Amino acid sequence: MLKNNIVELKNISVSFDSEKVLDNLSLEIQDKEFITLLGPSGCGKTTTLRIIAGFVEPDQGDVLFEGKKINGIPAYKRQVNTIFQRYALFPHLNVYENIAFGLRIKKLKENEISLKVKEMLELVNLTGLEKRRVDTLSGGQQQRVAIARAIANHPKVLLLDEPLAALDLKLRKDMQTELKKIQQKLGITFIFVTHDQEEALAISDKVVVMDSGKIQQVGTPQDIYNEPKNAFVADFIGESNILDGIMLDDYLAEFSGAKFKCLDKGFEKNESVDIVVRPEDVDIVEPEKGMLQGVVTSIKFLGVHYEIIVDIGGFKWMIQTTDGQNVGDKVGLFIEPDAIHVMKKSEYSGKYGDYSSYSEEIEHLSDIIEEDEN
Amino acid sequence: MKIFSKIYIALILLFLYAPIAVMVLFSFNSSGSVWVFENFSLDWYKELLFNTSMLNALKHTIIIAVLSAIISTVVGTAASVGILALRKKVTKSLVMSATNIPLMNADIVTGISLMLLFVFFGKLLGLHESLGFITVLVAHITFNLPYVILSVMPKLKQTDSSLSEAALDLGCTPLQAFFKAVLPSISSGIFSGFIMAFTLSLDDFVISYFTCGHYQTLPIVIYNMTKKTVTPDAYALSTIIFVVIFVLLILYNTVQNKSSVKEAAKI
Repeated sequence: MLKNNIVELKNISVSFDSEKVLDNLSLEIQDKEFITLLGPSGCGKTTTLRIIAGFVEPDQGDVLFEGKKINGIPAYKRQVNTIFQRYALFPHLNVYENIAFGLRIKKLKENEISLKVKEMLELVNLTGLEKRRVDTLSGGQQQRVAIARAIANHPKVLLLDEPLAALDLKLRKDMQTELKKIQQKLGITFIFVTHDQEEALAISDKVVVMDSGKIQQVGTPQDIYNEPKNAFVADFIGESNILDGIMLDDYLAEFSGAKFKCLDKGFEKNESVDIVVRPEDVDIVEPEKGMLQGVVTSIKFLGVHYEIIVDIGGFKWMIQTTDGQNVGDKVGLFIEPDAIHVMKKSEYSGKYGDYSSYSEEIEHLSDIIEEDEN
Repeated sequence: MKIFSKIYIALILLFLYAPIAVMVLFSFNSSGSVWVFENFSLDWYKELLFNTSMLNALKHTIIIAVLSAIISTVVGTAASVGILALRKKVTKSLVMSATNIPLMNADIVTGISLMLLFVFFGKLLGLHESLGFITVLVAHITFNLPYVILSVMPKLKQTDSSLSEAALDLGCTPLQAFFKAVLPSISSGIFSGFIMAFTLSLDDFVISYFTCGHYQTLPIVIYNMTKKTVTPDAYALSTIIFVVIFVLLILYNTVQNKSSVKEAAKI
């Protein structure tokens, strides 16, 4: 198969103050692809982006651009442009001059600049705001100026460093759609960094899940959601019940004290594995009809569905269902073979358990801390 | 209570400005007396025009003030950029303390030590006269530098570090990035550093006294006059200098206010 790699990272390692930020990371990025680097803060995703931009030099490894090594080539000579987390618009210039900045550096003629800026303003829906000072614009508008300024330069690759993190939810969703549209229209490669897994699933062609300086999994959004490689990916992307299990045979797994048919094979006989069952793939049935029986310990109504926690032999399952239940009800769980995903044991096994300590509040808090760190 | 606080403020202002007011008043006195105001006249200002030694000194003072302010602003700004770019925290704080010491140091110590150094080098180079224009200029740059750094540094710290990265990203060389992206954001700090340096240089006496040789600046000429008698044209000159500095100060404050309003608007 002919591969059309525009950016290639080969065995990249970086340390800051003797702390390893990237650990032997290799990644291939294809032309015209919308690829997202996804991971918790401190996983090395922004550093990866800055290496491609030319702001960080790797301690080891090669950066290739269109097949040529670009280590040591300064940022201003690279054919990539960046959209910064806090936009980094030039406060002393108006909207027009901000967008024209890169074109002026290239010494384009005034009429070419004016045409180009006009085109960019149309692309990002800001026509008519040319003369405005950038600090009088709303967050969303500033974001659009930043996009226009970066793509006015015709980069082959656009790097986006958590560009939507500062916007409110509604605006964020709109901008996701818009970014995707712009990317398809211009046909350039977008490398997007985020810690928001929903955002990553919604806009990417390919998602790179990272943790502690290493790539955990690369795949389409469907791949990484349906076939997570290890407990970290399963836990980070969406909600999951992750259980200890044993692969008795091909297509037969045992967990929670029962045997289940599944679609996975290729494991050794009686190999111990991690089992993932997504909360939305579990059906609640009457206790005697269920494959597993348990007691409802908490219920939360979320509009679209209920999120209920069911205690089965001490392990708390999260289940999303549209049927209301009551705390203390005995219920049965029915799990289809295709709802069961089997993973090899990894260093993350056992780190992500059940939902016994689950609380919306804690999750919310950790989100805030994460944003602060960024 | 309100009345008391108002009276209190009035008294403070009176004590602060009474001497200057008296000086301004007597610069317009037609007689040379310092206790009787006879008639309003501009005689002393006219006299000043013909006092060559004083005018010469004024010229020296202005040349030194302008040159030392320009040079120390350029050097100080570059130094601030360099200090902030230092990687190790220890070296950064060491360099900062080193630049701050001259601020605290007594002028007389700075003056004498600079004079010693200049004379030493003069002798080393076999110069006939080691003190003069160059030495007083260097001395003024020396004591101006920390003030410039002190006013540029905070602005530089406030500036989003991704601004210069954004400029690099859009094709600027590092030098272009500094001039096009960073400099405009710290210009108010640079300007106030310049004004500060200019005014400090304008009225410096102690350090100039030790380092100027025959290149006498105005404060020194006036000081020398006190050995005989101070003529009222000195009041006239001092009044002019006061007005100039007053205007500069207002300018300085408006620039500072404007930029702080801008900061506030951003938040």
